Amino acid sequence: MPQAYAPCLLDAAQMEVHLQRLCREIVAAFGNDETIAVLGIRTRGLYLAERLKVMLDHILQKDVPLGVLDISLYRDDLSELAGSPIVRPTEIPFSLKDRSVILVDDVLFTGRTIRSALDALLDHGRPKRVWLAALVDRGGREVPIQAEFVGLKLDVAMTHRVSVRVKDVDGEDGVFLEPRN
Amino acid sequence: MPQIVYRFPHRHLLGIEPLSPQDIAAILDQARAFEEVCERPEIKIVPALRKRLIVNLFFENSTRTRNSFEIAEKRLSAEIINFDADTSSLSKGETLVDTALNLEAMHPDLIVMRHSAPGAHALLARHMKASIVNAGDGAHEHPTQALLDAYTLRKRFGHLSGLRVAIVGDIRNSRVVRSNLWLLTKMGAHVTLVGPPTLVPLALKETWPDIDISYDLEAVLPSQDAVMMLRCQFERGTGAYIPGQGEYIRFYQLNAQRLRLCRPDVAVLHPGPINRGVEITSEVADGPNNLILDQVTNGVPVRMAVLFLLCNPHGEQVP
Repeated sequence: MPQAYAPCLLDAAQMEVHLQRLCREIVAAFGNDETIAVLGIRTRGLYLAERLKVMLDHILQKDVPLGVLDISLYRDDLSELAGSPIVRPTEIPFSLKDRSVILVDDVLFTGRTIRSALDALLDHGRPKRVWLAALVDRGGREVPIQAEFVGLKLDVAMTHRVSVRVKDVDGEDGVFLEPRN
Repeated sequence: MPQIVYRFPHRHLLGIEPLSPQDIAAILDQARAFEEVCERPEIKIVPALRKRLIVNLFFENSTRTRNSFEIAEKRLSAEIINFDADTSSLSKGETLVDTALNLEAMHPDLIVMRHSAPGAHALLARHMKASIVNAGDGAHEHPTQALLDAYTLRKRFGHLSGLRVAIVGDIRNSRVVRSNLWLLTKMGAHVTLVGPPTLVPLALKETWPDIDISYDLEAVLPSQDAVMMLRCQFERGTGAYIPGQGEYIRFYQLNAQRLRLCRPDVAVLHPGPINRGVEITSEVADGPNNLILDQVTNGVPVRMAVLFLLCNPHGEQVP
């Protein structure tokens, strides 16, 4: 798909480097934790979570459980979400009870998505702890949420949007700065 | 980034007739997410319709449809008012529109209604700001039943296009048939209507020219992927159209012997309530081919999908 011009913050290779660093930080913090599981937030968080899982499997020499969370039913701004696609199922093929969950999202902005994700998550079980990994933290929080693992930390003006593109959905990898319309 | 996103364009669900194949597919796709919610081991409730007020307005008896809607509403965290026609002012002579305007004055977000008059919902929709869901209007439409039938068939076969479905029995008095005819033909399935000539109006072919009509159940069965049995609606006067129940049973009952004429994995559906020993024997109704209770189970997520999409319209509104 041809993309409109937007300043590139990370290209595909740099994005890969940041993901690997995220992965090493997770291993340093959770490496000995047998209960670790990765949960991606639909849509792009899922694809990043899939890649983190492959890296974690490789380093930890085990099969780290992977799930996907669709938080649309838990949003506090659902009626303002114009043009939302059909909500797809949450798939968590393992018990969350007493697990250490790494929640994965592409961009951390207001924090409202993560707040909704925590509501959704807790309806599926009671994990031991939930930590957040975001490829980009662009600032602009509206609720008290923080990420333990951040790839790229920025302070972006409200006039702009940080968009993460992943091959599986967008045809290319990279992080871009776009004007908000 | 240019991205084409489908938007559900309807504010009311008055029938299947106004829906496009894409709208139908959207409802069925949306229901998958709610099926996951309904199958959760513990908390089967999501806050998607929190703070929304839904009125269930039933002017005709219904157990399963009303309960199914109520469960769907509760699982979406909506606030619910059950408006019982027996206790309402209708028995004191108020008109339907006046009843509706009184309800409207209390600002409900959505009204689920069953009424004996075909088109009663379209009348309400013209007078109210709330979304209207048709839970059955006379012999006209029962859209959520057709949607849950389609969901059950799609889950079983993976697709609706090209599916061969026989609908058997009291076609004349059935609203389920009309909604299913719209839905199945829009989605590319092939429908054969089967029943005694007095209960299968030939005029249906004027609206749905691609359907087949047959009076010979045993001849139709071998080619079908699914058989949908209908109840003889004796309370609506079906008895006047057939010589007797014994003869009906002899020619149109789905029993074990006739089931053997079908492909081994044929799906047997029935919108309920079943009259055991009339249109279907217990052996078949409880047998391995039956999806009758799956239909009931699937009714909840399908109705959740309808309520969710109507309460959260995502696009330009069309009536």
